Amino acid sequence: MIKFFKILILIFLLSNTHSNALIEIDITRGNLDPLPIAVSPLFTDEKSKKNSVDEIEIKDIGFEISSVIENNLKISGLFNPLNNEAFLQKPDIAHLKPRFEDWALIKAQALITGKVIIEKSKLKVEFRLWDILAGREMLALAFTTVPSNWRRVGHIISDKVYERLTGELGYFDTRIIYVSEEGPKTQRIKKLAIMDQDGENTKYLTLGNELVLTPRFNPTSQMVTYLSYFKNLPRVYLLDIETGTQEVVGDFPGMTFAPRFSPDGKKIIMSFAKDGNSDIYTMDLENRIVERITNHPSIDTSPSYSPDGKYITFNSDRSGYQQIYTSNSDGSNVKRISFGNGLYGTPVWSPRGDLIAFTKLHKGKFFIGVMRTDGSGERLLTENFYQEAPSWSPNGRVLIFYRETKTNQKGEGFSAKLWSIDLTGYNERLVKTETDASDPSWSSLLSN
Amino acid sequence: MSFSKILKNTFLFILLSFILTACATKKTSTTKIDGQMQGDVYTGSDTVEYLAKGVPDRVFFATNESILTTMSRDTLRKQAAWLRDNSNVNVVLEGHADERGTREYNLALGERRANAAKDYLITYGISSDRISVISYGKERPVDSGSNPLSWSKNRRSVTVKAN
Repeated sequence: MIKFFKILILIFLLSNTHSNALIEIDITRGNLDPLPIAVSPLFTDEKSKKNSVDEIEIKDIGFEISSVIENNLKISGLFNPLNNEAFLQKPDIAHLKPRFEDWALIKAQALITGKVIIEKSKLKVEFRLWDILAGREMLALAFTTVPSNWRRVGHIISDKVYERLTGELGYFDTRIIYVSEEGPKTQRIKKLAIMDQDGENTKYLTLGNELVLTPRFNPTSQMVTYLSYFKNLPRVYLLDIETGTQEVVGDFPGMTFAPRFSPDGKKIIMSFAKDGNSDIYTMDLENRIVERITNHPSIDTSPSYSPDGKYITFNSDRSGYQQIYTSNSDGSNVKRISFGNGLYGTPVWSPRGDLIAFTKLHKGKFFIGVMRTDGSGERLLTENFYQEAPSWSPNGRVLIFYRETKTNQKGEGFSAKLWSIDLTGYNERLVKTETDASDPSWSSLLSN
Repeated sequence: MSFSKILKNTFLFILLSFILTACATKKTSTTKIDGQMQGDVYTGSDTVEYLAKGVPDRVFFATNESILTTMSRDTLRKQAAWLRDNSNVNVVLEGHADERGTREYNLALGERRANAAKDYLITYGISSDRISVISYGKERPVDSGSNPLSWSKNRRSVTVKAN
């Protein structure tokens, strides 16, 4: 199974980090002018290169870590990493003291430099972030971990740079759990899969023997909840992704589905379908107490908690059509919040608490959008033939969802892929996956 | 007849023929669909299998609906009669939805559809012990097309022998 190593972060130089820096990125608007940044390959000496080959079969570990950083910054849409062929200064020298004129010449506004040492099965990485225009250091950090953790080091550095330049927490040291799909549309084989946010390190958690759907991370631990058709009994399961142990959630005499964790990770909220009616229930994972949250002869499903755990949002067809509602977390004070044209589903509360992301079906098209928690300020971010199930990045700036293609006259050409889009509606991107994919769920920051 | 009257009559005639043509066109297009769909409920037999001779295994639904049509009720009465004659047979009702809905809502909708069929069988004397229900939502379409006819075939409840 997947093992995690705690990463030691040693802050060894923190001079000048909070004094009036000149570069800053405003992420609240669509960023059409990404910040030019130079990621100088992290310097690796010959001895460390040799050790690196011995330990993890990677020749230039410093260069590889830089590539991870460069890719992260690029896909954020906020940065424009410059081509390293244009760099004039050698990595080791730049790391000591950059010649700012050289970097200004190639129009870099920020520079990342660093150094990697591998010895005695330890990976030591230090990096610095420089403000080229102001001609000074903005941030310096060092990490020590095991060599196999080198990608995570790249993600943590990316998060620190993002945080320093935007003033918001990053989302690169995170993972996505999703459903991997293969085979014809009428006989899809589905497996639980997990990968790093950038599409690397894919691992499959089930074999594809039974249908699995809608995995969701516990925000506080390495647990996942999902729907499995094991033995043809569709039930919500709880899976520990470190040990691989799993169990059915609760003892319901029928289908349970649409599970999600409470923000403290201690409860699962889900739907239970009985005699043609679906209502929302919770189960406390510590004392196993089940509570009924909604009691209505309509379909109530896709529940999601507010980040403070005080409220929930869900979709219901009690008005005749699928619409979005909010209520207190005990089910009292139910309010309909979606009133636009069309059907609304899959509401998910933003980790910042101020917005609810949703799927909307209108005039045969599917939209991913956001609205305030009272239903005002609806904003549609993207339109397509079919897409649904948005999941928030832990900093609430990016949504990941899945999209399916329309088949041709013969019913061929079906595919399902993950996509991401900024809250601003810009930077729509295909998320790399090994197979077709659906039902993505974004983890919390791993290093927090 | 004044010239203006002739003009008026000609105009009326042209208008009338337009309306008639419009009606005619509309009629042909509905008849075309009528072969396999009524409203948006599938009425064809492309995907239908039989539990026994003359006993179709499935019923179809309108978009977002779980109401049984006249044709569906007829099918379910035949299933009930067959189940009464074969009292050793238990069945699973598999409820399905088309691909034009969110996954979780469609799971609930499939369950609601299968239960609509189950309730009808119970009304016609079949013990609820003999019937179990499972929803597949939109996970198991029979037709992989992305068009109204394919979707209509996928909105279904299928009665499957459990033993």
